Amino acid sequence: MINKVVSDVHTACEGVQNGMTLMLGGFGLSGIPEKAIAELVKREIRDLTCISNNAGVDDFGLGLLLHKKQIKKMISSYVGENAEFERQMLSGELDVELIPQGTLAQRCQAAQAGFPAFFTPAGYGTEVAEGKETREFNGKWYVLEKAFDADFAFVKAWKGDTAGNLIFKGTARNFNPNMCGAAKITVAEVEELVPAGELDPNQIHIPGIFVQRIFQGENYEKRIEQLTVRKRN
Amino acid sequence: MGLTKEQIAQRIAKEVKDGYYVNLGIGIPTLVANFVRDDIDVEFQSENGVLGMGPFPFEGEEDPDLINAGKQTITTLPGASFFDSAMSFSMIRGQHVDLTILGAMEVAENGDIANWKIPGKMVKGMGGAMDLVASAENIIVAMMHTNRAGESKLLKQCSLPLTGVHCVKKVVTDLAVLEITPKGFKLLEKAPGVSVEQIKNATEGTLIIEGNIPDMNL
Repeated sequence: MINKVVSDVHTACEGVQNGMTLMLGGFGLSGIPEKAIAELVKREIRDLTCISNNAGVDDFGLGLLLHKKQIKKMISSYVGENAEFERQMLSGELDVELIPQGTLAQRCQAAQAGFPAFFTPAGYGTEVAEGKETREFNGKWYVLEKAFDADFAFVKAWKGDTAGNLIFKGTARNFNPNMCGAAKITVAEVEELVPAGELDPNQIHIPGIFVQRIFQGENYEKRIEQLTVRKRN
Repeated sequence: MGLTKEQIAQRIAKEVKDGYYVNLGIGIPTLVANFVRDDIDVEFQSENGVLGMGPFPFEGEEDPDLINAGKQTITTLPGASFFDSAMSFSMIRGQHVDLTILGAMEVAENGDIANWKIPGKMVKGMGGAMDLVASAENIIVAMMHTNRAGESKLLKQCSLPLTGVHCVKKVVTDLAVLEITPKGFKLLEKAPGVSVEQIKNATEGTLIIEGNIPDMNL
């Protein structure tokens, strides 16, 4: 067993430098690497390019990095619900690249799997395709999209073991598995870290080969963005 | 005068057939789930990674690890499954989802759709909409026939940045059900109490009217 455990989030973030490109898992606030984000805020690392489906809310998630103006560029598919983001984008302080959600996922997946690029129908005929190669296959048009090239991927899983194997929970899975192994170094934070051998190999979503560092985070806030409930009759 | 948003959803629900996997967009499309007949088997897909979505949870039973693409807390039904984002879009791009229902700001008579950006005003992003419209065989747009300024949203040509080209098949508005044909918007049904004349006046794109236009059956 190759041990991937690091003692804490501080050690897990060693080597992150100004100007780097980071991938961060999560959809909305679900499944975001809360502990890594807090550490990046603490370290005051700047000029970051962040690849993440969303940009958090004003006071949580990537919104915390935005608030401290640590992000130079965001690559996302949807960035509503964040006033500070909008302000920085409209004032030109923040560079924003909006791309289709499936393209975002596949550009992570391609980096993980060793494909330099792929053709997708998403965005054909729109401004997303401007300046990109397009090609027709079987009568339909596709856009050439490239794999991401990132320095660190920060992901959040439900359970993990000392070998770096990961299991996700519910829709907190989202982009996290696709980002594992898609950057030079993948850092996984988990709610529960167990010794290798305790997780059933049949149930593992991401094998430890895609993870370089793993640690257990404490007291996850797991904030709900849109609480919607129905009344009991 | 015209349908409410709930009634638009109610009309669209009739397009949902037994055995369909359906992706619902945010807004009016989300309401469609409330009106699908309960004697047919349908599974709702949410692109953030769940198939077999159920209703909102009871108060106190919400789970931050269980949300839909609108980031609302949800539940799952028996037979549900979770998956990652790449697999979710494999379902969408790979045309395994049978029906996509989404909102729009503009639809053109050639099937172009614009729903993600108003330059200088609203820049929130396309989310999964571009993947959905570029891939789905069966796309229904749910929207009001005109915008708040009273201008038609069914146009000869979209004026806003496009989400996808030649992709919309059907539009259901507060006034009418229309099919996109090579010649323009073909009027299929009108809302009860709405005249063909009113629909004509509210449609900037080419409107094709053939024979008697029946009222929608809600």
